[in-house]
Amino acid sequence: MSSDAPSAEPAIETRGLTKRFGHQAAVDHIDLAVPRGAVFGFLGPNGSGKTTTIRVMLGLAAATAGRVQVLGREMPRHLADVLPRVGALVEGPAFYPFLSGAANLHRLDSADRHASSTTRGARVEEALERVGLTHAAGKKVHAYSLGMKQRLGIANALLSPRELLVLDEPTNGLDPQGTREVRNLVRSLAAGGTTVFVSSHLLAEVEQMCTHAAVMSAGRLVAQGTLDELRQVGLAHVRVRTPDVAVARRVLVRMGLEPDEPVRDERAADEQAPDERPAADQRDVLVSAPMPDGAPEPEAIVEALVAGGVRVRGFGVEHPSLEERFVALTGEGFDVAR
Amino acid sequence: MSSELSVLFRRRRTWALLLALAAIPILVAVAVRLSSSRSAPGEGPSFLDRITQNGLFVGIAALVVSVPLFLPMTVGVVAGDTIAGEASLGTLRYLLLRPAGRVRLLVVKYLAAGAFCLAAALTVVLAGAIVGASLFPVGPVTLLSGDTISVGESVLRSLLVAGYAGISLLGLSAIGLFISTLTEVPVGAMAATIVLSVVSQILDSLTQLGWLHPWLFSHYWLGFADLLRQPIAWGPFVSNMLLQAGYIAVFGALAYARFVTKDVLS
Repeated sequence: MSSDAPSAEPAIETRGLTKRFGHQAAVDHIDLAVPRGAVFGFLGPNGSGKTTTIRVMLGLAAATAGRVQVLGREMPRHLADVLPRVGALVEGPAFYPFLSGAANLHRLDSADRHASSTTRGARVEEALERVGLTHAAGKKVHAYSLGMKQRLGIANALLSPRELLVLDEPTNGLDPQGTREVRNLVRSLAAGGTTVFVSSHLLAEVEQMCTHAAVMSAGRLVAQGTLDELRQVGLAHVRVRTPDVAVARRVLVRMGLEPDEPVRDERAADEQAPDERPAADQRDVLVSAPMPDGAPEPEAIVEALVAGGVRVRGFGVEHPSLEERFVALTGEGFDVAR
Repeated sequence: MSSELSVLFRRRRTWALLLALAAIPILVAVAVRLSSSRSAPGEGPSFLDRITQNGLFVGIAALVVSVPLFLPMTVGVVAGDTIAGEASLGTLRYLLLRPAGRVRLLVVKYLAAGAFCLAAALTVVLAGAIVGASLFPVGPVTLLSGDTISVGESVLRSLLVAGYAGISLLGLSAIGLFISTLTEVPVGAMAATIVLSVVSQILDSLTQLGWLHPWLFSHYWLGFADLLRQPIAWGPFVSNMLLQAGYIAVFGALAYARFVTKDVLS
């Protein structure tokens, strides 16, 4: 990394970052690279180490091993230089319940030695307006709803102009409208040149607002890149719907493909009353096979299938959705990691 | 710092503590007022009954009553809450992300707790003086040494006594601060601090442990009597200062060592 081109440095870079609690590695050798100006989605199921990574990144907790650079400076050694340029919402908002929303922001802002006290009032007002809390500014926080606290937490991150925003689960507890507002806010901040690092377990959220993403699973980083890159990591599949399973598989193998285990197309079968169902050898089955680089063109496959006497009733080439990738990377089901 | 003080003194709990402290001289004065007529003639007035002769004495009497338990309790609540309270609210992480700086946060928190110590002692003495002045005659004060001083000077002495009592609690505050860095449960830190203040006083009352007594942070807590002599005996005042400074140094260092390397996971 050349020091004369600081803007080319990643906003966040970790190398072999590890954090152990006792014997358990909550974060295990992760190498993150968040480019400047990106809206970076940090995905992973609950308990996969996202928040711990953020804590270590921001100097709240010490790494067991590995290095972290934020905005080109080593953390936590240059914490005092870096953190004033970072706005953060970490593991939910937290405020003094006995103070009003505005008083809370005043209090947190005055903890920053570099924040100017002359502009504080104006900055608090602006931040509250940005998240739509102006009308509730004077209300004590214990009377706030979860969504209002979340908005106040985001306002807190926006009190000063920031180069990097770290938002941990920013849409938690927000209604659909609030979620939309957060998305728009993130987009407008990114358009202004701010790098935004958003952690989330909601795939749709990441898919809608991010340019890049990384996926965590059980403390390990299992994928990262632009959204398109992530989608394409999984191989496209050719899918053939036909009753002639054995023949179709033979044809595919002859063409150098490796068909997956066949899946009966239950949907088609269920639509028909039991006594009208076709005999077993007449039922449609989905035969699919991954399409590696150098695989024959789809039209050539269809041609070969038809020529081989396969009754092709459906054919398609499908890229895996981000959701399929996510599930493939992190495992299925409700089990929290470990 | 000003923000820390405003958060501390804008809290209803802080005011409840100070009000409870102010209630002590009021209770003492009212109780004495209602019962003092019954004291048998010929007997010298008991310690508390002296306040019937001069209302300005109520503050000092109330301080004597509250030093062993009530003052340490309120200080324990405030000092135990310093770091653990922020941790349990989760605001600790946002203060550190500002960044407030861990050392700076610790110092500010301690100074605020110290300010509360002085405010607490002052509350007792001032509330006592006000209640005393309204229930009993006020006049020149006879000191423990037998000398008499004017009302003006006695007010000054009262403030000095309040200052002494406030300073006496600084060591306990430092202990509370340290305990507060160990936990995320403020109630635990508060209770531990209060328990330690009681333990220290119990140890101080065991004559077999005489060698230990000068090292106990509570040893000079009632030493303000010497400020009520003419001339003032400054000996205990200075020893107390040195002792409290020692506790601040030791437990401040422990709190620093603990807090600077602590993982903030709340």
